[in-house]
Amino acid sequence: MDLFLLEAAINGLLLAGVLALLTLGLNLIFGVIDVVWIAYADLVMCGMYAVYWLFAVFGWPLPLAFVASVVGVAVLGVFVHLLIIAPILGSAPINQLLATGGLLYFLQSFATLIFTTDFRNIGVRLPVLEIGGVYISYSRLLAFGVALAGATALYFFLRRTYVGTAIRAIAQDREIIGLMGVDQRRIYLVTSAIGGALAGLGACLLALQYDVHPFVGNTFGPLIFMICVLGGLGNMIGGFIAAFIISQIIAIGGYYFSTELAYVLAFILFILLMFIRPQGIVGR
Amino acid sequence: MLSLVDVSAGYGSFRALFGVSLEVATGETVGVIGPNGAGKTTLMRVISGLVAAFAGAVRLDGRSIVGVPAHRIVARGIAHVPENRRLFPKLSVEDNLRIGAYIPAARRHFAGQLAWVYQLFPQLQERRTQPAGTLSGGEQQMCAIGRALMSRPRLLLMDEPSAGLAPLVVQEVFDLIRRIRAEGFTVLIVEQNIQQVLEVVDRAYLLEVGAIRLSGTSTELKNNEFIRKAYIGL
Repeated sequence: MDLFLLEAAINGLLLAGVLALLTLGLNLIFGVIDVVWIAYADLVMCGMYAVYWLFAVFGWPLPLAFVASVVGVAVLGVFVHLLIIAPILGSAPINQLLATGGLLYFLQSFATLIFTTDFRNIGVRLPVLEIGGVYISYSRLLAFGVALAGATALYFFLRRTYVGTAIRAIAQDREIIGLMGVDQRRIYLVTSAIGGALAGLGACLLALQYDVHPFVGNTFGPLIFMICVLGGLGNMIGGFIAAFIISQIIAIGGYYFSTELAYVLAFILFILLMFIRPQGIVGR
Repeated sequence: MLSLVDVSAGYGSFRALFGVSLEVATGETVGVIGPNGAGKTTLMRVISGLVAAFAGAVRLDGRSIVGVPAHRIVARGIAHVPENRRLFPKLSVEDNLRIGAYIPAARRHFAGQLAWVYQLFPQLQERRTQPAGTLSGGEQQMCAIGRALMSRPRLLLMDEPSAGLAPLVVQEVFDLIRRIRAEGFTVLIVEQNIQQVLEVVDRAYLLEVGAIRLSGTSTELKNNEFIRKAYIGL
């Protein structure tokens, strides 16, 4: 077996973890609140800046900066819901798309204004692991492990708690959820906070591997949306599986051709699948 | 326990209830009967807080519940089994029951209450891991009643429990209501199936085009000339 191919496949697998985590957040919000946060990847950008400033500039310990990023973006998620989504919940979906799209430009411009367009790196270089000639970076391995742990924690939260059960129930019948004693507005806030926290966690994991700049969201935002749609929008399991498929196409395609061409291949596959299975690979 | 005085309600400019007054005493089973479109469902929704009353008073144990949101009314002790059951079809039977126990006071008693509901409806225990949408009509009604009982209510509202069910299953559902009654619950039940419901309630009100037209004990109503002619067909 070609060692470089194996290495590409492993890297693809590790990349999939973080993408799957972000896909979960976006799908959770869509599934529960029925709104697509176009600016989701830009919340990740905010989290990456939080890690950069707290750790590299203010000298906080890295774990503390990570926790602050997760909590900070969770709070940001609550504000996104309260200030942007809640006032227009009853209006046409296109208005909600435009409003969260506007947030995307706002966050990118705001970040450019205060942080300039410089590429910044937190400057942490974790060692690289060598197993039988295959090189795997610790930061990717860590990112994969943490992403899977986050996804597992979310799974148990949704399955085992009352609030989690209400989150799963609410999209099935919004009208009568109040008869169960569930305050719909509170569930929306909790969901937005969880969606934000997942973006914050993703930001920590990406900050270990990539530079942060105001437009970093554009590099993986479209990818996350494509994965969500491929898995069936709102379908968390579908999105999870799609994240692994797309990452493998990009990683292995990148090995045989080039990364740019791999992205082209992934998007071609996406367009073809949309014709064959518009409901997504796991949709009904 | 529950009293409505001169309640008017509706949706937007459409008015469904015109000055409805009724009483339910603790331990009673009371029926509201009437044809389709009489405002029976609106009446239930006003009591459980899904629809706001334009005017009038709704009191539970003497305290007004007008303007209290639905999720808070559950905590005051009213559980509403909605029309067409409205289970969460993709959630398992047990998750449907779990969400019925969402309010903090009910969570504390979840295990005991679940065991009691399963004892009341053993079929639900057999199907506990199955999605609620795959249950038969009668089982769905059991699950909907069980879900309402999980909040440990003092007053149970049942909206058209026999609607859309096959005749044999309707019989089963009325047997279920008898069992709930025998457990000592206070029940307010809305039904189009007038002949059947008069067999299980103590008293009933006849609601026609948004107003109470008649009221009396079930025996009185069964023998009432107007009801016999217009609704029972004798």
